[in-house]
Amino acid sequence: MTAPLTERTAGETGDDQPSVLLDGVSKTYGQGRNAVPALDDVSLSVRRGEFVSLLGASGCGKSTLLSLVAGLDRPTAGRIDTRGGKIAMMFQEPALFPWLTVSANVEMALRVRGVARKERRARAAELLEIVHLGGFGARRPHELSGGMRQRVSLARALAQEADVLLMDEPFGALDAMTRDLLHDELERIWRERGLSVLFVTHNVREAVRLGDRVVLLSSRPGRVAEDFPVGIGRPRVIDSPAVAGLASTVTERLRQEVLRHGR
Amino acid sequence: MAADRTTSAEKAPDVHARQIAGLDALELGGAAGRPAGRLWSGVWGRLWPMLLAAGIVLALWQGVVWSGRWPEYVFAGPAETFGTLGERLSTPEYWQAVAVTMRRAVTGFAVSVLAGLVVGALVSRVRVLRAAFGSLITGLQTMPSIAWFPLAILLFGLTESAITFVVILGAAPSIANGLIAGVDYTPPILLRAGHVLGFRRLRLYLHVILPASLPSFLAGLKQGWAFAWRSLMAGELVVIIAHQSSLGERLYYDRELADSAGLLATMIVILVIGIGIDLLFETADGALRRRWGLRQARD
Ligand SMILES: Nc1ncnc2c1ncn2[C@@H]1O[C@H](COP(=O)(O)OP(=O)(O)OP(=O)(O)O)[C@@H](O)[C@H]1O
Ligand SMILES: [Mg+2]
Repeated sequence: MTAPLTERTAGETGDDQPSVLLDGVSKTYGQGRNAVPALDDVSLSVRRGEFVSLLGASGCGKSTLLSLVAGLDRPTAGRIDTRGGKIAMMFQEPALFPWLTVSANVEMALRVRGVARKERRARAAELLEIVHLGGFGARRPHELSGGMRQRVSLARALAQEADVLLMDEPFGALDAMTRDLLHDELERIWRERGLSVLFVTHNVREAVRLGDRVVLLSSRPGRVAEDFPVGIGRPRVIDSPAVAGLASTVTERLRQEVLRHGR
Repeated sequence: MAADRTTSAEKAPDVHARQIAGLDALELGGAAGRPAGRLWSGVWGRLWPMLLAAGIVLALWQGVVWSGRWPEYVFAGPAETFGTLGERLSTPEYWQAVAVTMRRAVTGFAVSVLAGLVVGALVSRVRVLRAAFGSLITGLQTMPSIAWFPLAILLFGLTESAITFVVILGAAPSIANGLIAGVDYTPPILLRAGHVLGFRRLRLYLHVILPASLPSFLAGLKQGWAFAWRSLMAGELVVIIAHQSSLGERLYYDRELADSAGLLATMIVILVIGIGIDLLFETADGALRRRWGLRQARD
Protein backbone atom coordinates (compact mmCIF):
# COMPACT_ATOMS: atom_id res chain seq x y z
CA MET A 1 0.00 0.00 0.00
CA THR A 2 2.32 2.73 1.22
CA ALA A 3 6.02 2.86 1.85
CA PRO A 4 6.08 2.71 5.66
CA LEU A 5 3.85 -0.34 5.63
CA THR A 6 6.08 -2.38 3.33
CA GLU A 7 9.19 -1.49 5.30
CA ARG A 8 7.79 -3.11 8.40
CA THR A 9 9.29 -6.50 9.05
CA ALA A 10 7.01 -9.37 9.85
CA GLY A 11 8.11 -10.03 13.40
CA GLU A 12 8.02 -6.43 14.51
CA THR A 13 5.71 -5.48 17.35
CA GLY A 14 2.92 -3.12 16.34
CA ASP A 15 4.05 -0.54 18.85
CA ASP A 16 5.64 2.03 16.58
CA GLN A 17 3.27 1.45 13.71
CA PRO A 18 1.34 4.66 13.12
CA SER A 19 -2.41 4.31 13.22
CA VAL A 20 -2.87 7.90 12.07
CA LEU A 21 -0.50 9.55 9.66
CA LEU A 22 -0.77 13.09 8.37
CA ASP A 23 1.66 13.96 5.65
CA GLY A 24 1.97 17.56 4.52
CA VAL A 25 -1.71 18.24 5.20
CA SER A 26 -3.09 21.69 4.37
CA LYS A 27 -6.60 22.96 4.64
CA THR A 28 -7.87 26.24 3.27
CA TYR A 29 -11.47 27.32 3.79
CA GLY A 30 -13.06 29.36 1.04
CA GLN A 31 -11.48 30.49 -2.18
CA GLY A 32 -9.71 33.42 -3.75
CA ARG A 33 -9.49 36.56 -1.68
CA ASN A 34 -11.66 35.18 1.12
CA ALA A 35 -9.51 32.09 1.58
CA VAL A 36 -8.71 31.25 5.20
CA PRO A 37 -5.66 29.02 5.56
CA ALA A 38 -6.53 26.91 8.60
CA LEU A 39 -3.76 24.32 8.40
CA ASP A 40 -0.51 24.48 6.49
CA ASP A 41 1.75 21.54 5.81
CA VAL A 42 1.05 19.62 8.99
CA SER A 43 2.83 16.31 9.36
CA LEU A 44 2.01 14.25 12.39
CA SER A 45 1.69 10.65 13.34
CA VAL A 46 0.02 8.80 16.16
CA ARG A 47 1.44 5.39 16.87
CA ARG A 48 -0.84 2.54 17.70
CA GLY A 49 -1.79 2.69 21.35
CA GLU A 50 -0.30 6.14 21.74
CA PHE A 51 -1.99 9.06 23.47
CA VAL A 52 -1.16 12.33 21.73
CA SER A 53 -2.29 15.67 23.10
CA LEU A 54 -2.78 18.41 20.56
CA LEU A 55 -2.38 21.86 21.95
CA GLY A 56 -2.75 25.29 20.44
CA ALA A 57 -4.26 28.72 20.80
CA SER A 58 -7.89 29.31 19.91
CA GLY A 59 -8.58 29.20 16.19
CA CYS A 60 -5.30 27.55 15.24
CA GLY A 61 -7.01 24.70 13.43
CA LYS A 62 -7.27 21.93 16.00
CA SER A 63 -10.91 21.13 15.27
CA THR A 64 -10.18 21.35 11.57
CA LEU A 65 -7.43 18.78 11.97
CA LEU A 66 -9.72 16.35 13.79
CA SER A 67 -12.48 16.81 11.20
CA LEU A 68 -10.03 15.91 8.49
CA VAL A 69 -8.86 12.80 10.29
CA ALA A 70 -12.48 11.80 10.97
CA GLY A 71 -13.28 12.17 7.28
CA LEU A 72 -15.87 14.89 7.91
CA ASP A 73 -13.95 17.15 5.56
CA ARG A 74 -11.25 16.79 2.90
CA PRO A 75 -7.77 18.30 3.02
CA THR A 76 -6.85 20.84 0.36
CA ALA A 77 -3.45 19.24 0.02
CA GLY A 78 -1.50 16.41 1.56
CA ARG A 79 -2.37 12.92 2.62
CA ILE A 80 -4.11 11.41 5.62
CA ASP A 81 -3.71 7.72 6.24
CA THR A 82 -5.63 5.96 8.98
CA ARG A 83 -4.61 2.49 7.83
CA GLY A 84 -8.21 1.54 7.29
CA GLY A 85 -8.75 1.65 11.05
CA LYS A 86 -12.09 2.65 12.46
CA ILE A 87 -12.33 6.12 13.88
CA ALA A 88 -14.50 7.37 16.70
CA MET A 89 -14.87 10.97 17.68
CA MET A 90 -16.03 12.90 20.72
CA PHE A 91 -17.02 16.48 20.14
CA GLN A 92 -16.68 19.50 22.34
CA GLU A 93 -20.41 19.23 23.06
CA PRO A 94 -21.88 15.84 23.96
CA ALA A 95 -23.77 15.80 20.61
CA LEU A 96 -26.30 13.27 21.91
CA PHE A 97 -29.55 12.66 20.06
CA PRO A 98 -32.29 14.25 22.17
CA TRP A 99 -35.02 11.93 20.89
CA LEU A 100 -33.25 8.85 22.22
CA THR A 101 -32.67 7.59 25.72
CA VAL A 102 -29.14 7.43 27.06
CA SER A 103 -28.97 3.74 26.30
CA ALA A 104 -30.37 4.17 22.78
CA ASN A 105 -27.79 6.87 22.12
CA VAL A 106 -25.02 4.43 22.91
CA GLU A 107 -26.79 1.79 20.84
CA MET A 108 -26.71 4.01 17.76
CA ALA A 109 -23.06 3.09 17.32
CA LEU A 110 -24.02 -0.59 17.26
CA ARG A 111 -27.17 -0.14 15.23
CA VAL A 112 -25.25 1.15 12.26
CA ARG A 113 -23.36 -2.15 12.19
CA GLY A 114 -26.55 -4.17 12.31
CA VAL A 115 -26.05 -5.61 15.80
CA ALA A 116 -29.24 -7.32 17.00
CA ARG A 117 -31.42 -5.41 19.43
CA LYS A 118 -30.91 -7.67 22.41
CA GLU A 119 -27.16 -7.62 22.09
CA ARG A 120 -27.22 -3.86 21.62
CA ARG A 121 -29.03 -3.48 24.92
CA ALA A 122 -26.54 -5.63 26.74
CA ARG A 123 -23.50 -3.94 25.24
CA ALA A 124 -24.83 -0.47 25.92
CA ALA A 125 -25.48 -1.43 29.54
CA GLU A 126 -21.90 -2.68 29.84
CA LEU A 127 -20.46 0.48 28.37
CA LEU A 128 -22.58 2.69 30.59
CA GLU A 129 -21.28 0.70 33.53
CA ILE A 130 -17.73 1.47 32.41
CA VAL A 131 -18.40 5.20 32.48
CA HIS A 132 -20.19 4.80 35.83
CA LEU A 133 -23.65 5.48 34.49
CA GLY A 134 -25.06 2.04 35.11
CA GLY A 135 -28.48 3.10 36.34
CA PHE A 136 -29.09 5.90 33.86
CA GLY A 137 -29.79 4.02 30.62
CA ALA A 138 -33.50 4.87 30.58
CA ARG A 139 -32.99 8.59 31.17
CA ARG A 140 -33.06 11.25 28.51
CA PRO A 141 -29.86 13.18 27.80
CA HIS A 142 -31.31 16.46 29.06
CA GLU A 143 -31.95 14.90 32.44
CA LEU A 144 -28.23 14.45 33.02
CA SER A 145 -25.56 16.92 34.03
CA GLY A 146 -22.94 18.14 31.55
CA GLY A 147 -20.28 15.79 32.86
CA MET A 148 -22.63 12.83 32.71
CA ARG A 149 -23.58 13.66 29.15
CA GLN A 150 -19.94 13.78 28.15
CA ARG A 151 -19.53 10.33 29.66
CA VAL A 152 -22.49 9.06 27.62
CA SER A 153 -20.76 10.53 24.61
CA LEU A 154 -17.60 8.68 25.60
CA ALA A 155 -19.56 5.44 26.00
CA ARG A 156 -21.03 5.96 22.54
CA ALA A 157 -17.59 6.52 21.08
CA LEU A 158 -16.31 3.38 22.80
CA ALA A 159 -19.26 1.41 21.40
CA GLN A 160 -17.86 2.04 17.94
CA GLU A 161 -14.95 -0.21 18.87
CA ALA A 162 -12.72 2.03 16.88
CA ASP A 163 -8.96 1.84 16.74
CA VAL A 164 -8.57 5.57 16.93
CA LEU A 165 -10.38 7.91 19.28
CA LEU A 166 -10.44 11.60 18.40
CA MET A 167 -11.43 13.95 21.19
CA ASP A 168 -12.10 17.64 20.65
CA GLU A 169 -11.82 19.44 23.98
CA PRO A 170 -14.19 16.91 25.51
CA PHE A 171 -13.83 18.16 29.06
CA GLY A 172 -13.54 21.87 28.34
CA ALA A 173 -16.86 22.78 29.93
CA LEU A 174 -16.55 20.71 33.09
CA ASP A 175 -15.58 21.72 36.61
CA ALA A 176 -12.08 20.80 37.74
CA MET A 177 -13.05 17.97 40.04
CA THR A 178 -15.22 16.17 37.50
CA ARG A 179 -12.52 16.69 34.92
CA ASP A 180 -9.84 15.13 37.09
CA LEU A 181 -12.01 12.08 37.65
CA LEU A 182 -12.71 11.78 33.94
CA HIS A 183 -8.98 11.97 33.23
CA ASP A 184 -8.46 8.93 35.43
CA GLU A 185 -11.33 7.15 33.70
CA LEU A 186 -10.10 8.00 30.24
CA GLU A 187 -6.59 6.86 31.07
CA ARG A 188 -7.86 3.57 32.39
CA ILE A 189 -10.07 2.93 29.35
CA TRP A 190 -7.32 3.94 26.94
CA ARG A 191 -4.90 1.47 28.52
CA GLU A 192 -7.39 -1.38 28.74
CA ARG A 193 -8.45 -1.04 25.15
CA GLY A 194 -5.13 -0.18 23.55
CA LEU A 195 -6.68 2.81 21.79
CA SER A 196 -4.79 5.41 19.83
CA VAL A 197 -5.98 8.78 21.04
CA LEU A 198 -5.66 12.23 19.54
CA PHE A 199 -6.80 14.61 22.24
CA VAL A 200 -7.34 18.29 21.55
CA THR A 201 -7.27 20.76 24.38
CA HIS A 202 -6.11 24.24 25.19
CA ASN A 203 -5.46 23.39 28.78
CA VAL A 204 -1.71 22.79 28.99
CA ARG A 205 -1.77 20.80 32.19
CA GLU A 206 -4.49 18.57 30.86
CA ALA A 207 -2.37 17.95 27.77
CA VAL A 208 0.65 16.98 29.89
CA ARG A 209 -1.43 14.97 32.36
CA LEU A 210 -2.80 12.73 29.63
CA GLY A 211 -0.41 12.64 26.69
CA ASP A 212 2.52 10.45 25.79
CA ARG A 213 3.41 13.41 23.63
CA VAL A 214 2.21 16.97 23.51
CA VAL A 215 2.11 18.43 20.02
CA LEU A 216 1.97 22.18 19.90
CA LEU A 217 0.34 23.83 16.90
CA SER A 218 1.19 27.35 15.85
CA SER A 219 -1.52 29.72 14.69
CA ARG A 220 -2.50 31.15 11.33
CA PRO A 221 -1.89 29.02 9.57
CA GLY A 222 -1.66 26.01 11.87
CA ARG A 223 1.67 24.21 11.74
CA VAL A 224 3.38 21.82 14.11
CA ALA A 225 5.49 24.17 16.23
CA GLU A 226 6.95 21.66 18.60
CA ASP A 227 6.56 18.08 19.73
CA PHE A 228 7.20 17.48 23.44
CA PRO A 229 7.70 13.93 24.65
CA VAL A 230 6.19 13.45 28.12
CA GLY A 231 8.49 11.22 30.10
CA ILE A 232 6.46 11.19 33.28
CA GLY A 233 5.41 7.81 34.65
CA ARG A 234 1.76 6.90 34.95
CA PRO A 235 -0.53 7.20 36.77
CA ARG A 236 -0.01 10.92 36.83
CA VAL A 237 -1.56 13.55 39.02
CA ILE A 238 -2.46 16.81 37.39
CA ASP A 239 -1.18 18.88 40.32
CA SER A 240 2.08 16.99 40.70
CA PRO A 241 5.33 18.96 40.37
CA ALA A 242 6.43 16.88 37.39
CA VAL A 243 3.29 17.68 35.39
CA ALA A 244 3.36 21.31 36.47
CA GLY A 245 7.03 21.61 35.51
CA LEU A 246 6.63 20.37 31.97
CA ALA A 247 3.42 22.33 31.65
CA SER A 248 5.23 25.58 32.39
CA THR A 249 7.82 24.80 29.71
CA VAL A 250 5.05 24.14 27.20
CA THR A 251 3.17 27.25 28.30
CA GLU A 252 6.28 29.35 27.75
CA ARG A 253 6.60 27.98 24.22
CA LEU A 254 2.89 28.61 23.60
CA ARG A 255 3.29 32.17 24.83
CA GLN A 256 6.06 32.78 22.31
CA GLU A 257 3.72 31.50 19.59
CA VAL A 258 0.99 33.87 20.65
CA LEU A 259 3.40 36.82 20.97
CA ARG A 260 4.54 36.26 17.42
CA HIS A 261 1.06 37.34 16.39
CA GLY A 262 0.93 40.31 18.73
CA ARG A 263 3.13 42.38 16.50
CA MET B 1 5.39 13.69 49.53
CA ALA B 2 5.80 9.95 49.13
CA ALA B 3 2.64 9.39 51.10
CA ASP B 4 0.81 11.83 48.91
CA ARG B 5 1.82 9.91 45.83
CA THR B 6 0.71 6.51 47.07
CA THR B 7 -2.76 7.67 48.07
CA SER B 8 -3.53 9.02 44.67
CA ALA B 9 -1.79 6.24 42.77
CA GLU B 10 -3.63 3.51 44.61
CA LYS B 11 -7.01 5.15 44.52
CA ALA B 12 -9.21 2.10 44.91
CA PRO B 13 -11.58 1.71 41.97
CA ASP B 14 -14.70 1.61 44.11
CA VAL B 15 -13.70 4.78 45.92
CA HIS B 16 -13.35 6.32 42.51
CA ALA B 17 -16.74 5.08 41.43
CA ARG B 18 -18.32 6.36 44.63
CA GLN B 19 -16.74 9.74 44.16
CA ILE B 20 -18.20 9.95 40.66
CA ALA B 21 -21.58 8.78 41.89
CA GLY B 22 -21.44 11.44 44.60
CA LEU B 23 -20.73 14.21 42.11
CA ASP B 24 -23.51 12.93 39.85
CA ALA B 25 -25.98 12.93 42.72
CA LEU B 26 -25.01 16.49 43.62
CA GLU B 27 -25.40 17.66 40.05
CA LEU B 28 -28.78 16.03 39.67
CA GLY B 29 -29.92 17.33 43.06
CA GLY B 30 -32.13 20.06 41.64
CA ALA B 31 -34.04 17.77 39.33
CA ALA B 32 -36.24 16.05 41.91
CA GLY B 33 -39.51 14.45 40.79
CA ARG B 34 -42.53 16.63 40.24
CA PRO B 35 -44.68 17.13 43.32
CA ALA B 36 -48.03 15.35 43.49
CA GLY B 37 -51.12 17.32 42.54
CA ARG B 38 -49.19 19.13 39.85
CA LEU B 39 -51.34 17.66 37.11
CA TRP B 40 -54.58 19.03 38.51
CA SER B 41 -53.11 22.44 39.20
CA GLY B 42 -51.73 22.38 35.65
CA VAL B 43 -55.15 21.67 34.16
CA TRP B 44 -56.80 24.28 36.37
CA GLY B 45 -54.06 26.77 35.55
CA ARG B 46 -54.89 26.44 31.87
CA LEU B 47 -58.63 26.19 32.33
CA TRP B 48 -59.43 29.31 34.27
CA PRO B 49 -58.02 31.83 31.76
CA MET B 50 -60.09 30.10 29.08
CA LEU B 51 -63.22 30.30 31.20
CA LEU B 52 -62.50 33.92 31.95
CA ALA B 53 -62.09 34.68 28.24
CA ALA B 54 -65.35 32.86 27.44
CA GLY B 55 -67.10 34.84 30.16
CA ILE B 56 -65.86 38.17 28.79
CA VAL B 57 -66.91 37.25 25.25
CA LEU B 58 -70.39 36.25 26.43
CA ALA B 59 -70.75 39.52 28.34
CA LEU B 60 -69.71 41.55 25.29
CA TRP B 61 -72.05 39.56 23.10
CA GLN B 62 -74.98 40.16 25.45
CA GLY B 63 -74.03 43.82 25.65
CA VAL B 64 -74.18 44.22 21.87
CA VAL B 65 -77.56 42.48 21.76
CA TRP B 66 -78.91 44.75 24.51
CA SER B 67 -77.58 47.83 22.76
CA GLY B 68 -80.32 47.27 20.15
CA ARG B 69 -78.03 47.90 17.17
CA TRP B 70 -79.61 44.87 15.48
CA PRO B 71 -83.06 43.44 16.11
CA GLU B 72 -83.07 40.17 18.06
CA TYR B 73 -84.19 38.05 15.05
CA VAL B 74 -81.07 39.16 13.16
CA PHE B 75 -78.55 38.85 15.97
CA ALA B 76 -79.61 36.39 18.65
CA GLY B 77 -78.33 36.65 22.21
CA PRO B 78 -76.37 33.99 24.11
CA ALA B 79 -79.35 32.57 25.95
CA GLU B 80 -81.38 31.95 22.80
CA THR B 81 -78.34 30.65 20.93
CA PHE B 82 -77.41 28.13 23.60
CA GLY B 83 -81.02 27.08 23.81
CA THR B 84 -81.03 26.36 20.07
CA LEU B 85 -77.67 24.64 20.38
CA GLY B 86 -79.09 22.34 23.06
CA GLU B 87 -82.10 21.53 20.89
CA ARG B 88 -79.98 20.77 17.86
CA LEU B 89 -77.53 18.62 19.78
CA SER B 90 -80.42 16.47 20.92
CA THR B 91 -81.37 15.54 17.34
CA PRO B 92 -79.53 12.70 15.56
CA GLU B 93 -79.62 14.65 12.27
CA TYR B 94 -77.35 17.30 13.70
CA TRP B 95 -74.87 14.72 14.90
CA GLN B 96 -74.93 13.20 11.45
CA ALA B 97 -74.01 16.58 9.98
CA VAL B 98 -71.12 16.81 12.47
CA ALA B 99 -70.06 13.28 11.56
CA VAL B 100 -70.04 14.05 7.83
CA THR B 101 -67.90 17.13 8.41
CA MET B 102 -65.51 15.27 10.68
CA ARG B 103 -65.20 12.41 8.24
CA ARG B 104 -64.25 14.86 5.51
CA ALA B 105 -61.81 16.61 7.80
CA VAL B 106 -60.10 13.42 8.90
CA THR B 107 -59.79 11.87 5.44
CA GLY B 108 -58.71 15.15 3.88
CA PHE B 109 -56.14 15.72 6.60
CA ALA B 110 -54.87 12.14 6.43
CA VAL B 111 -54.31 12.39 2.69
CA SER B 112 -52.66 15.78 3.23
CA VAL B 113 -50.26 14.29 5.75
CA LEU B 114 -49.34 11.56 3.32
CA ALA B 115 -48.90 13.97 0.44
CA GLY B 116 -47.00 16.43 2.62
CA LEU B 117 -44.67 13.70 3.86
CA VAL B 118 -43.88 12.39 0.40
CA VAL B 119 -43.42 15.81 -1.16
CA GLY B 120 -41.49 17.14 1.84
CA ALA B 121 -39.20 14.12 1.92
CA LEU B 122 -38.48 14.29 -1.80
CA VAL B 123 -37.97 18.02 -1.92
CA SER B 124 -35.73 18.06 1.14
CA ARG B 125 -33.60 15.23 -0.17
CA VAL B 126 -33.30 15.81 -3.89
CA ARG B 127 -31.45 18.98 -4.70
CA VAL B 128 -32.98 19.50 -8.15
CA LEU B 129 -36.51 19.18 -6.79
CA ARG B 130 -35.58 21.56 -4.03
CA ALA B 131 -34.50 24.24 -6.46
CA ALA B 132 -37.60 23.67 -8.58
CA PHE B 133 -40.33 23.36 -5.97
CA GLY B 134 -39.01 24.82 -2.73
CA SER B 135 -40.39 28.31 -3.21
CA LEU B 136 -43.48 27.06 -5.03
CA ILE B 137 -44.53 25.16 -1.91
CA THR B 138 -44.06 28.24 0.24
CA GLY B 139 -46.03 30.20 -2.33
CA LEU B 140 -48.89 27.71 -2.26
CA GLN B 141 -49.25 28.33 1.47
CA THR B 142 -50.13 31.96 0.83
CA MET B 143 -52.88 31.04 -1.68
CA PRO B 144 -56.32 31.53 -0.09
CA SER B 145 -58.05 28.18 -0.35
CA ILE B 146 -61.35 29.69 -1.48
CA ALA B 147 -59.58 30.70 -4.69
CA TRP B 148 -59.18 27.03 -5.59
CA PHE B 149 -62.91 26.27 -5.59
CA PRO B 150 -63.86 27.47 -9.07
CA LEU B 151 -61.21 25.18 -10.52
CA ALA B 152 -62.13 22.33 -8.18
CA ILE B 153 -65.79 22.57 -9.15
CA LEU B 154 -64.90 22.63 -12.84
CA LEU B 155 -62.76 19.53 -12.38
CA PHE B 156 -64.88 17.49 -9.99
CA GLY B 157 -68.35 19.07 -10.14
CA LEU B 158 -70.32 19.73 -6.96
CA THR B 159 -68.98 16.63 -5.25
CA GLU B 160 -67.11 15.72 -2.12
CA SER B 161 -64.00 15.23 -4.25
CA ALA B 162 -63.98 18.95 -4.97
CA ILE B 163 -63.95 19.69 -1.23
CA THR B 164 -61.26 17.11 -0.49
CA PHE B 165 -59.15 18.46 -3.32
CA VAL B 166 -59.15 21.92 -1.82
CA VAL B 167 -58.59 20.66 1.72
CA ILE B 168 -55.50 18.81 0.54
CA LEU B 169 -54.18 21.80 -1.36
CA GLY B 170 -54.70 23.90 1.75
CA ALA B 171 -53.02 21.57 4.23
CA ALA B 172 -50.33 19.64 2.37
CA PRO B 173 -47.98 22.58 1.64
CA SER B 174 -47.79 23.49 5.34
CA ILE B 175 -47.05 19.91 6.28
CA ALA B 176 -44.41 19.55 3.57
CA ASN B 177 -42.90 22.85 4.58
CA GLY B 178 -42.71 21.80 8.23
CA LEU B 179 -40.73 18.75 7.24
CA ILE B 180 -38.45 20.68 4.88
CA ALA B 181 -37.72 23.32 7.50
CA GLY B 182 -36.98 20.60 10.05
CA VAL B 183 -34.52 18.94 7.68
CA ASP B 184 -32.87 22.27 6.91
CA TYR B 185 -32.42 23.17 10.53
CA THR B 186 -31.10 19.84 11.72
CA PRO B 187 -28.27 20.88 14.06
CA PRO B 188 -24.99 20.37 12.15
CA ILE B 189 -23.40 18.83 15.22
CA LEU B 190 -25.93 15.97 15.12
CA LEU B 191 -25.20 15.44 11.44
CA ARG B 192 -21.51 15.26 12.22
CA ALA B 193 -22.12 12.90 15.11
CA GLY B 194 -24.23 10.68 12.85
CA HIS B 195 -21.56 10.73 10.18
CA VAL B 196 -18.80 9.79 12.61
CA LEU B 197 -20.95 6.93 13.91
CA GLY B 198 -21.08 5.63 10.36
CA PHE B 199 -24.51 6.72 9.14
CA ARG B 200 -24.48 7.82 5.50
CA ARG B 201 -27.02 8.97 2.94
CA LEU B 202 -30.39 7.28 3.37
CA ARG B 203 -29.52 5.83 6.78
CA LEU B 204 -28.36 9.22 7.99
CA TYR B 205 -31.64 10.63 6.73
CA LEU B 206 -33.77 7.99 8.44
CA HIS B 207 -31.92 7.73 11.73
CA VAL B 208 -30.76 11.29 12.28
CA ILE B 209 -32.32 13.89 10.01
CA LEU B 210 -35.94 12.75 10.13
CA PRO B 211 -36.10 12.34 13.92
CA ALA B 212 -34.33 15.66 14.37
CA SER B 213 -36.98 17.39 12.28
CA LEU B 214 -39.87 16.05 14.33
CA PRO B 215 -40.63 19.27 16.27
CA SER B 216 -40.78 21.29 13.08
CA PHE B 217 -42.86 18.60 11.39
CA LEU B 218 -45.31 18.70 14.28
CA ALA B 219 -45.60 22.48 13.94
CA GLY B 220 -46.32 21.94 10.25
CA LEU B 221 -49.04 19.40 11.11
CA LYS B 222 -50.66 21.87 13.45
CA GLN B 223 -50.68 24.62 10.88
CA GLY B 224 -51.81 22.14 8.22
CA TRP B 225 -54.77 21.19 10.39
CA ALA B 226 -55.77 24.83 10.76
CA PHE B 227 -55.67 25.30 7.00
CA ALA B 228 -57.54 22.04 6.40
CA TRP B 229 -60.31 23.06 8.76
CA ARG B 230 -60.70 26.48 7.17
CA SER B 231 -60.67 25.07 3.64
CA LEU B 232 -63.25 22.49 4.65
CA MET B 233 -65.64 25.11 6.02
CA ALA B 234 -65.24 27.25 2.92
CA GLY B 235 -65.84 24.17 0.79
CA GLU B 236 -68.97 23.12 2.61
CA LEU B 237 -70.41 26.60 2.20
CA VAL B 238 -69.72 26.64 -1.52
CA VAL B 239 -70.28 23.03 -2.49
CA ILE B 240 -73.71 21.99 -1.22
CA ILE B 241 -74.33 18.31 -1.80
CA ALA B 242 -77.95 17.15 -1.69
CA HIS B 243 -78.96 14.70 1.05
CA GLN B 244 -75.65 15.10 2.82
CA SER B 245 -76.00 17.54 5.63
CA SER B 246 -72.78 18.99 7.04
CA LEU B 247 -71.80 21.84 9.35
CA GLY B 248 -71.02 24.21 6.49
CA GLU B 249 -74.24 23.30 4.75
CA ARG B 250 -76.10 24.05 8.03
CA LEU B 251 -74.53 27.49 8.13
CA TYR B 252 -75.64 28.09 4.56
CA TYR B 253 -79.28 27.17 5.20
CA ASP B 254 -79.40 29.00 8.52
CA ARG B 255 -78.46 32.14 6.67
CA GLU B 256 -81.00 31.41 3.91
CA LEU B 257 -83.71 30.97 6.55
CA ALA B 258 -82.40 33.90 8.61
CA ASP B 259 -82.15 31.59 11.64
CA SER B 260 -79.77 33.72 13.65
CA ALA B 261 -79.66 31.53 16.76
CA GLY B 262 -79.09 28.38 14.70
CA LEU B 263 -76.34 30.06 12.72
CA LEU B 264 -74.51 31.19 15.84
CA ALA B 265 -74.98 27.76 17.45
CA THR B 266 -73.33 26.05 14.49
CA MET B 267 -70.52 28.59 14.52
CA ILE B 268 -69.89 27.73 18.17
CA VAL B 269 -69.72 24.04 17.29
CA ILE B 270 -67.18 24.77 14.52
CA LEU B 271 -65.09 26.88 16.87
CA VAL B 272 -65.14 24.29 19.63
CA ILE B 273 -64.07 21.48 17.30
CA GLY B 274 -61.25 23.63 15.93
CA ILE B 275 -60.01 24.53 19.40
CA GLY B 276 -60.33 20.96 20.63
CA ILE B 277 -58.16 19.55 17.87
CA ASP B 278 -55.68 22.35 18.22
CA LEU B 279 -55.37 21.43 21.89
CA LEU B 280 -54.52 17.88 20.88
CA PHE B 281 -51.63 19.15 18.77
CA GLU B 282 -50.56 21.43 21.58
CA THR B 283 -50.50 18.50 23.98
CA ALA B 284 -48.45 16.41 21.58
CA ASP B 285 -46.03 19.28 21.12
CA GLY B 286 -45.73 19.76 24.88
CA ALA B 287 -45.04 16.07 25.41
CA LEU B 288 -42.35 16.14 22.72
CA ARG B 289 -40.70 19.19 24.21
CA ARG B 290 -40.65 17.62 27.63
CA ARG B 291 -39.10 14.43 26.30
CA TRP B 292 -36.43 16.34 24.42
CA GLY B 293 -35.74 18.75 27.23
CA LEU B 294 -36.65 21.75 25.09
CA ARG B 295 -38.88 23.17 27.77
CA GLN B 296 -37.88 25.03 30.88
CA ALA B 297 -38.82 23.48 34.19
CA ARG B 298 -41.19 26.34 34.96
CA ASP B 299 -43.18 27.97 32.26
N1 LIG C 1 -16.29 26.09 7.88
C1 LIG C 1 -15.38 27.07 7.95
N2 LIG C 1 -15.36 28.06 7.02
C2 LIG C 1 -14.44 29.04 7.06
N3 LIG C 1 -13.49 29.15 8.00
C3 LIG C 1 -13.44 28.21 8.95
C4 LIG C 1 -14.38 27.12 8.97
N4 LIG C 1 -14.10 26.34 10.04
C5 LIG C 1 -13.05 26.91 10.64
N5 LIG C 1 -12.63 28.01 9.99
C6 LIG C 1 -11.47 28.87 10.33
O1 LIG C 1 -10.35 28.04 10.42
C7 LIG C 1 -9.55 28.38 11.53
C8 LIG C 1 -9.35 27.19 12.42
O2 LIG C 1 -10.58 26.83 13.00
P1 LIG C 1 -10.73 25.63 14.03
O3 LIG C 1 -12.14 25.55 14.43
O4 LIG C 1 -10.11 24.42 13.46
O5 LIG C 1 -9.86 26.16 15.27
P2 LIG C 1 -9.64 25.53 16.71
O6 LIG C 1 -8.18 25.41 16.91
O7 LIG C 1 -10.43 24.29 16.86
O8 LIG C 1 -10.20 26.66 17.64
P3 LIG C 1 -10.87 26.53 19.10
O9 LIG C 1 -9.76 26.31 20.05
O10 LIG C 1 -11.49 27.87 19.30
O11 LIG C 1 -11.85 25.43 19.05
C9 LIG C 1 -10.23 29.55 12.21
O12 LIG C 1 -9.59 30.72 11.80
C10 LIG C 1 -11.65 29.49 11.70
O13 LIG C 1 -12.16 30.79 11.60
MG1 LIG D 1 -12.14 23.76 18.14
